[in-house]
Amino acid sequence: MAQVSMTVNGRLRKASVDPRTLLVFFLREQLFLTGTHVGCDTSQCGACTVLVDGRTAKACTMFAVQADGSTVTTIEGLATESTLHPLQQGFWEEHGLQCGFCTPGMIMAAVGLLQDNPKPSEREIREGISGNFCRCTGYQHIVNAIQHAAGGR
Amino acid sequence: MASPVLPKLVGQRIKRREDPRLIQGRATYVDDVKVAGMLHLAFKRSDISHGRIRSIDVSAALAMDGVETVFTGAQLAELVPPMPLGTPWPSPDHRALAVDTVRYAGEPVAVVVARDRYVARDAADAIAVSYDSLPAVVDPELAMTGQPAVIHPAFPNNLALDGIPGGTGVSGGVVDDAAIDKAFADADVVISQRMVNHRLVPNAMETRGVLAHYEPGKGTMTIWSSTQSPHVLRSIIAAMNGLGQDQVRAIAPEVGGGFGAKINIYGEDFAAAAISKQLGMPVKWIEDRSEAFVATSHGRDIIGYVDLAATREGKVLGIKLRLIADIGAYNLLFTAMIPTLTMLMANATYDIPAVRVTVTEVFTNKTPTDAYRGAGRPEATYFVERALDMLARELKMDPADVRRKNFIQPNQFPYATQMGAVYDSGDYERALDLALKNANWDQLKNERDKAKQEGRLVGLGLAMYVEVCGLGPSAILPTGGWEHSQITVERDGRISATTGASPHGQGNETTFAQMLADQFGVPIEHITILHGDTAIVKQGIGTFGSRSQAVGGTALHLAGGKVKTKMAKFAAAMLEAAEEDLVFENGRVFVKGAPASGKSFAEVSAFAYVPVPLPPGLEPGLSEEAFFEPANNTYPFGCHISMLEVDRETGEPTLLKLVAVDDAGHLINPLIVEGQIHGGLVQGIGQAMIEEAVYNNEGQLVTGSFMDYAMPRATDFPRFELDSTVTPTPSNPLGAKGVGEAGTLGSTPSIVSAAVDALSEFGVTHIDMMLRPEKLWRIIQGGRA
Repeated sequence: MAQVSMTVNGRLRKASVDPRTLLVFFLREQLFLTGTHVGCDTSQCGACTVLVDGRTAKACTMFAVQADGSTVTTIEGLATESTLHPLQQGFWEEHGLQCGFCTPGMIMAAVGLLQDNPKPSEREIREGISGNFCRCTGYQHIVNAIQHAAGGR
Repeated sequence: MASPVLPKLVGQRIKRREDPRLIQGRATYVDDVKVAGMLHLAFKRSDISHGRIRSIDVSAALAMDGVETVFTGAQLAELVPPMPLGTPWPSPDHRALAVDTVRYAGEPVAVVVARDRYVARDAADAIAVSYDSLPAVVDPELAMTGQPAVIHPAFPNNLALDGIPGGTGVSGGVVDDAAIDKAFADADVVISQRMVNHRLVPNAMETRGVLAHYEPGKGTMTIWSSTQSPHVLRSIIAAMNGLGQDQVRAIAPEVGGGFGAKINIYGEDFAAAAISKQLGMPVKWIEDRSEAFVATSHGRDIIGYVDLAATREGKVLGIKLRLIADIGAYNLLFTAMIPTLTMLMANATYDIPAVRVTVTEVFTNKTPTDAYRGAGRPEATYFVERALDMLARELKMDPADVRRKNFIQPNQFPYATQMGAVYDSGDYERALDLALKNANWDQLKNERDKAKQEGRLVGLGLAMYVEVCGLGPSAILPTGGWEHSQITVERDGRISATTGASPHGQGNETTFAQMLADQFGVPIEHITILHGDTAIVKQGIGTFGSRSQAVGGTALHLAGGKVKTKMAKFAAAMLEAAEEDLVFENGRVFVKGAPASGKSFAEVSAFAYVPVPLPPGLEPGLSEEAFFEPANNTYPFGCHISMLEVDRETGEPTLLKLVAVDDAGHLINPLIVEGQIHGGLVQGIGQAMIEEAVYNNEGQLVTGSFMDYAMPRATDFPRFELDSTVTPTPSNPLGAKGVGEAGTLGSTPSIVSAAVDALSEFGVTHIDMMLRPEKLWRIIQGGRA
């Protein structure tokens, strides 16, 4: 077993993990942060997207031990107690989700996108979320949701 | 005291009430449920598509630390009866795990029970299975000759269903061939084309998963499953485990998409339930994506031999469809039924005097098929619409004009088709006209012609569709075709409403609450819609076949009506008024025209539970239920137009434009309806342009991961242009037809027709999907696809 220590959604968490434990399983099974989802096993779908040290990462593609010493933000850490994150609000206002399974990863990917490019064009939005699959929405309302958060709608 | 005036909510684009938990990662899907002591399952699956099991060695798995036990197929067969069927036709024995023969790659052969999910997977890998390989049956048309092998000995030539006939004058299974033959003899033009509506992988973003918890002391089972139909799950799990339906509680928690593939109850569900019962421990299984590609049902996969007879003016005289469905290795619950829906819809939107369809279903060594969004109707639409497009091309007519010449007219409804369907209502020309107007059809044609003059390969495609939705009635659904709701006005005036239409993204918590808010004149915030738990929702069927609004919504509306009637009696007693004079509005119940003198909704509710004195003839309380059995289906329809360009150098197609007009009858929440249409469109366009389940000659799925199977991404398609016409259905009091599958119907043929149009200069009249660039490039190079 390996010892890991990381700040997750603002709290320092220490745990002992099997070295082969994926970050996503660590978050879900040991920290009970089940908002981060597993949608595939080839790093294609992006349902597991989180922020590691402020950059988007697919949590199924790294081991928990690789996040040792890092700061991790999951979907549960995005809203403050009283206020949704603008992207959460955008997804709600614009019907950017249906079954909701891809949504946490999609929102986290969009957080990363808007960090780098606060006023993206529609094309840039579509490219920015092209590492995330949604089977329900056909993406149009997701694009609208991100535009909403970026102040464009 | 004046209350604020509440807006009417039905018909409004209000944002969804289920979203706050979903956007904050606070929703609970099956894998988020944890029960103390829970064990984990992992399945050992066949890596060959066809063979006899010679031996299974589980010793290495059993020796691993953390492994509780292992069941082989033969051992599990002692606990689990054969898999159930939802169709009436003969079917081969199908076990939760293969016992002596494997018939598709991915079929489970053993299951490990372990204390940890990682250990379970390691142990499954450590099981050694040896097989005597048998020839892989891959090509359905070859399979029909019994070659290269017969998969189930009791089904010669691999025929699961041999040529069920349907059509004009059908009686006792015999079609009136004279009428068909005359149509073709009288024809000026006959179009004949073999078309393939290829196999797809549904790919809900949440894979399947199940958690079964049998409690020996109580003798009850709780089963959480990512399912579209918890009540069907409960019934079948009870029967398979020797339990009563009262002893099984099925819970569909948050469900991450279904698209038809989560209607079926699978071998893994039965294995989990039986193992939990055997061990007296909770057991969980979560499918991984690689498993899902082979272990969860596929969709479509029907070859159509299409013959269409017409006059030179473009009037269709007759259609013959010979359908060959490659259903894979086994029948699942509804596998055999799906191609019969293709048969049922062969009349499409047209007044065709003579139609003949035969359906043959063939076993192959592939993953079984079952419902996938559209389920049989997109195939019918595709075959007929492509044939009409070929007719238009042959006659050098505008594709819209050919449709117009053949439409069933508004005054012909209800319209009994040659296939035995009775279309409820329709105005097809109105939908066509609106789509042409929105697309600016004549200008698009000019743009296309101009592009072609510039050497670009641009094409236009147009397709109509009509689909059978609102499934039931019970006559066609062995589960029962009704839906159920119970509505309780609570003592504090808030409303709890159950629905058996178990949603998985459809937004019923919002649309149903919109309806009740209007019905009772109360704020939507005072309403909770309960679903997905058979301990709370007494009865139900589920969500599939675009039925939740048309059938489930109607059950809710009827139950609401019953409660309201009773509540009016209590209010009448309180107000000393006649109940028929009462109005429910703005959170109050009052005599029409005198809102100030009424009672608040909460006051009437409280009185109903402490009725002193009890009005004569009334029982206390406000809780009523209703079952709604539709007398007929609904038949939504529409028109999809697309514009597509093919790169002359690479053959790569690009969708430039898609205009959709859909008529789903009355809409409760147009925002949610748009979302449903967008999603359906992308699945339909995905089929036409990028998605395909490809098997090799050994029966291996070579597109078995997201690295190989092209799931549509945000960058693949343009923004869609939607609009609607509204033709209410008489099949239910809401006038709502259903919209969940609509997008998958018209989009697919319209895109293929656009591709044919783009490449027309090369003499091509039909291209089989999907539109792989290489295929189009070969056409451009003068070869054939």
